[in-house]
Amino acid sequence: MLNPISLTFKNLKKEKRPALITYTVAGDSSKKQSLEILKAISNYADILEVGVPHNTPVADGGQIQTSAYRAIKNGIKMNHIFKIVSDFKKSKNSKPIIFMGYYNMIFQYGENNFLKKCKKSGVNGLIVVDLPWPENKNFSKKCKKNSINFIQLLSPTTSNKRLKSITKDSHDMIYYISMLSTTGGKLKVSPKKILANYNKIKKISPKKNCVIGFGITEKTISNFKNADGLVVGSQICKEITRSLNNRQNPVINVSNIVSKLRKKIS
Amino acid sequence: MKLKKKIPLIDQGDKLGFWGGKFGGNFVPETLKKPIEDLEIQFNKLKNNKNFIKERDKYFKNWIGTPTRFIKLKNLTKHVGGAQIWSKVVSDANGGAHKIYNATVHCLLAKRSGKKVIIGDTGAGYAGKMLSMAAKKFGLKCKIFMGAKDIARQQPNVKAMKKNGADIIPVYSGSQTLVDAVSECMRYWVANCDTTAMCVGSTVGPAIFVRICGWSTSQISRELKVQLMDEFGDIPKKLKLYNCVGGGSSSFGFWNEFMDYDKKQVEFIGVEAGGPANSKKHAAPLTYGSKIGILHGAAQYVNQNSDGQIEETESISAGLDYPGISPLHCFLKDTKRARYTAASDEEALKAYQIVTKYENLRPSLEPSHAFSVAIKEAKKLSKNTIVIINSCGDAYKDRGILEKKLGKKYVKSN
Repeated sequence: MLNPISLTFKNLKKEKRPALITYTVAGDSSKKQSLEILKAISNYADILEVGVPHNTPVADGGQIQTSAYRAIKNGIKMNHIFKIVSDFKKSKNSKPIIFMGYYNMIFQYGENNFLKKCKKSGVNGLIVVDLPWPENKNFSKKCKKNSINFIQLLSPTTSNKRLKSITKDSHDMIYYISMLSTTGGKLKVSPKKILANYNKIKKISPKKNCVIGFGITEKTISNFKNADGLVVGSQICKEITRSLNNRQNPVINVSNIVSKLRKKIS
Repeated sequence: MKLKKKIPLIDQGDKLGFWGGKFGGNFVPETLKKPIEDLEIQFNKLKNNKNFIKERDKYFKNWIGTPTRFIKLKNLTKHVGGAQIWSKVVSDANGGAHKIYNATVHCLLAKRSGKKVIIGDTGAGYAGKMLSMAAKKFGLKCKIFMGAKDIARQQPNVKAMKKNGADIIPVYSGSQTLVDAVSECMRYWVANCDTTAMCVGSTVGPAIFVRICGWSTSQISRELKVQLMDEFGDIPKKLKLYNCVGGGSSSFGFWNEFMDYDKKQVEFIGVEAGGPANSKKHAAPLTYGSKIGILHGAAQYVNQNSDGQIEETESISAGLDYPGISPLHCFLKDTKRARYTAASDEEALKAYQIVTKYENLRPSLEPSHAFSVAIKEAKKLSKNTIVIINSCGDAYKDRGILEKKLGKKYVKSN
């Protein structure tokens, strides 16, 4: 049986469109609201990344940091995050879930316990920002044993030799970081150049589903329609902040944005 | 877990950069793998290159002003009445603290690799001040990341950085101290690593930064060894080296050359910041048994909650106010080569008062922590024991805090 993430990509190939992958932070701005947001956006998104907030994030820009600090301030704990996922998975329109976070949260939970809990609550994949290859070899194997997709990251600084080794060790999905930036940076590289790198990865590893993230927003997303998947995070986090500041309902506003994103690539 | 003899401690890590199999490493985003690897290749080549060492020594001697003094604190010794108390006055170094060694080496490396910009973090402001000085000296543009709380409490160093032409980038996230400054600096490097060199201000961060910093500050113990031979004709039979420990760069540098001696002969005592006496918060992960976690790219003992969120610290000394600690010190603790303890804010202030009363020496709040423990322990030690405290920073930067806590008479006008 195919992993739900792989199945999603397979079905979308038939629709001839990229997967829309959203990123929101668990517990932003509250446990209840972040669950409502997940439920609402899964009407339009194909795979949902759930950010596990951490207070020393070395790769996140201002928007995602704001969301993460807000969630931590409101008392979010690892076990609450698992509960949000299992509640979400009970809803009728649920989609595959990927956790994105920093290794210390997994390390403190214990790798084995963490994976057991992921499996039980319905997490389908993991992105661990600060556990690069080859440091992640063992953990990635453990993920595979637990049918969890460990998603390797590639960046413009990844050498060709490294690229080959990483894709060889990767599971079904890989994540290409479009440019040298923290999350939420403006797209400072031309889409043409990003796609050239993307195509290089696809040539080396044609069977793996490669998604592009960083700098993807409503304005830029339509340039990348031919990719296997596209990740939008900071724009969504920014919308939550904006809604809260204007005393509007983030669930409705975020849902509108995701709906628009989806139209741009359909 | 064991220390190896005759191999520099900075080179005792395994292939993945772990000391003792579990401290250190490279927990970094994929984007940083390449610039870190480049720096590793460059440093491994240069650290044994005669020309490079000659160049380093030239700047250390003519510009930093090595060797710094090694002096006996006669009045303090008499007052305490126990062991002989000496000090290695590292604050003699150009700029007033040990941070100049690491900053100089990073600028030399950056220049050789053709980088035009260098960035760094700072807590007390010394790392930032020295990096701005070195950058100016070597013609590099400089950006310093500093927590907003530290900017407010370490104004003299902030002014010095500005005078040297550095951009100071205030960090408002989290606790607005060193921990957030390091995070922000790393984030900036993630986004600009193709054009920019990064200097981590202490023996923390991904393994290569721990190694470069330790290699640089080891100048302190190289000098001290020679000075001990000159003074005593040999390394004393009972020698105790006291040093404050925040990230751990000055203490590591103060101890490195004595690593292979038996600890019964040369004992290392690291003094962490215990924070205010009436507060549960502290910056002493080794003393108070914090668990291993990942912070700024390295596995180390670190103050954190059960979920793995890094906890806020509290200390009167901005330079020690860091929730983690160098992997080198974690390794030295677990192999029992060094002993670690803590002094509270109040104890550090008291030690500052005692030292300045008896000696013409003004240690900053960081080494005042070490003086506090050294004075207490020296009382009980024999006259033939040599106690040395690394006075690694000058109190000029702390004048605001000292005036507030102790009154005007403790602040001199220079």
